[in-house]
Amino acid sequence: MVEIVTSVGLPIDEKLMIKKNRIVPEGAGDVSGMKRISVVTGIHGDELEGQYVCYELQKRIEKEKDKLTGIVDVYPAMNPLGIDSITRGIPAFDLDMNRLFPGNIDGNMTEYLAAGIIEDVAGSDCVVDIHASNIYLTEIPQIRINELHEDALVPLAKAANVDFIWVHGASTVLEATFAHSLNSIGTPVLVVEMGVGMRLTKEYGDQLVDGIFNLMKELGIWSGEVTKVKTPMISKDPDDVSYLNATASGLFVPEVKHGARLKEGELIGRIVDPLCGRVLDEVKAPQGGMLFTIRDYPIVDEGSLMGRILKEEVCIYE
Amino acid sequence: MNKKIVYEIKGMYRDDFRVTGYEFGEGEKSVCIVGNSRGNEVQQLYCCSQLVKKLKQLEEEGRIKSGHKILIIPSMNPYSVNIQKRFWSTDNTDINRMFPGYDLGETTQRIADGVFKEIQDYKYGIQFASFYNPGDFVPHVRYMKEGFTTKEDAEKFGMKYVVERKVRPYDTATLNYNWQVWETVAFSLYTNTTDRISTTGAGQAVLSVMNFLANNGIIKYGAIGEKKIRTVDDSDFISVRTAKSGFFEALVKAGDKVEAGKPLANIINPYEGDILETLFSPIDGTIFFIHNAPLTYANTAVIKILGEE
Repeated sequence: MVEIVTSVGLPIDEKLMIKKNRIVPEGAGDVSGMKRISVVTGIHGDELEGQYVCYELQKRIEKEKDKLTGIVDVYPAMNPLGIDSITRGIPAFDLDMNRLFPGNIDGNMTEYLAAGIIEDVAGSDCVVDIHASNIYLTEIPQIRINELHEDALVPLAKAANVDFIWVHGASTVLEATFAHSLNSIGTPVLVVEMGVGMRLTKEYGDQLVDGIFNLMKELGIWSGEVTKVKTPMISKDPDDVSYLNATASGLFVPEVKHGARLKEGELIGRIVDPLCGRVLDEVKAPQGGMLFTIRDYPIVDEGSLMGRILKEEVCIYE
Repeated sequence: MNKKIVYEIKGMYRDDFRVTGYEFGEGEKSVCIVGNSRGNEVQQLYCCSQLVKKLKQLEEEGRIKSGHKILIIPSMNPYSVNIQKRFWSTDNTDINRMFPGYDLGETTQRIADGVFKEIQDYKYGIQFASFYNPGDFVPHVRYMKEGFTTKEDAEKFGMKYVVERKVRPYDTATLNYNWQVWETVAFSLYTNTTDRISTTGAGQAVLSVMNFLANNGIIKYGAIGEKKIRTVDDSDFISVRTAKSGFFEALVKAGDKVEAGKPLANIINPYEGDILETLFSPIDGTIFFIHNAPLTYANTAVIKILGEE
């Protein structure tokens, strides 16, 4: 059943509405004691990978509805104006929605919406918050976890069929994210990053849907068959990851594929100057390992991130 | 005066990105003044241009006291001003959320780092700041309460209002916050406007900086600050919020004294022209902030009032 989570009137003849679809077992009367999983996406309007996951998950539940034993809440568009206008933040305010949580019910429009969202999602037994990197970088399916919530989240993340679990340091700025706000009040949120902004990567979407079914099974929300999940690579040490930042402004032309296994010193790509036809820099691997992030958007400024490498000792190759 | 490039990035098709600084006087790093970090902060840039003009004159007249260096960086972000975009031209990040910066990081982290390395060891730091909502302010100076700056320092601007602000999580990556971490006494100076020039507001800003420099013994200047300075907490302001969205028709302006019950603004039906809502003053006080865009959303704090003492 589609419900309006929170809404606010816009200046001219339009209402901003944040909607969810609640799926419950057929014939279920009182659902108050049931386990609940919430699938959330679209906090950044330019990240669309989660759209497919919302669709595919519901399609597969519908096929075997008799196997559903708990509540599935699907929130496909936390920032509907952003999705509709290809805008990462909240249009007109130019604010990153993922820096507004937990919001304030007495605050301005954006804070009010954020507070309404938190109120609705809080209490879920698990929340999957699906992001798609940004328009510049492509990511392998991964879950990012703030070290403050490592103990509660790593066991859940292992069930989610992702390639990589990245436990990162705490940052004060990140306290205003959707995930941190809920994790701090005891509602576990797994932040998934996969694919690239403004595009769909169907195979990643299918992989994550398998993982969500597995999570549902572990939580007692699904009694049907599930696929065996991947064993993820796990990194907790900042030194496991090296960053490739552009040394010059130009056009980044990659020479290897996303996910490639690299040797130290191997050529990853070139930064070139289309005006004069020159090579400005050759981008080489500073250490051996997996290229788990690669730049998709080809124009780089000096400093732009072109990729990240996970060191060989942590990698698992299939 | 010494004009120098503080930080530079080679452009691909655009001209190179340059952050330019103007140094006055010689000696210890006394005061650094920074203008716009966002592309729409035109008034903040204008204020700095007027300060460069004024300090040039003072230097020629020998009125900068020996042993003091003053640095003015009118713009940390000329690229965004030139394309009329608030944040960074390609990835839309905010330079004022990137401090202290990182020299091996992303572009705006590198800009923040490059600028910060140049300005981190000044004794005093002044940033011309703006508010994220569109509106007009009563000019004032702000500082972060838990930091390295005191009320007495802020009063040296001789502005009528000093606002103390409690640090919030998102403040920790701003220039003001990081200046204080590196033991610079830091202030944010709010003039009355952001995306349009107010010559009166800029004149007041120049005067307040002159007061500050004179009161700290850095320049010779006949400082005439406010006799009566009021220091308030950020939480002392009473917000007046809209319940409806529509055209915003202001009935008062920033700085006006109002009595409880006075109509402050109307929200107008954008199709039919009737008044959807009138906002009234809940208290006797001064209009400290008022929304100035033609439209408003519902649930928005469009006016902030400071009650009588």
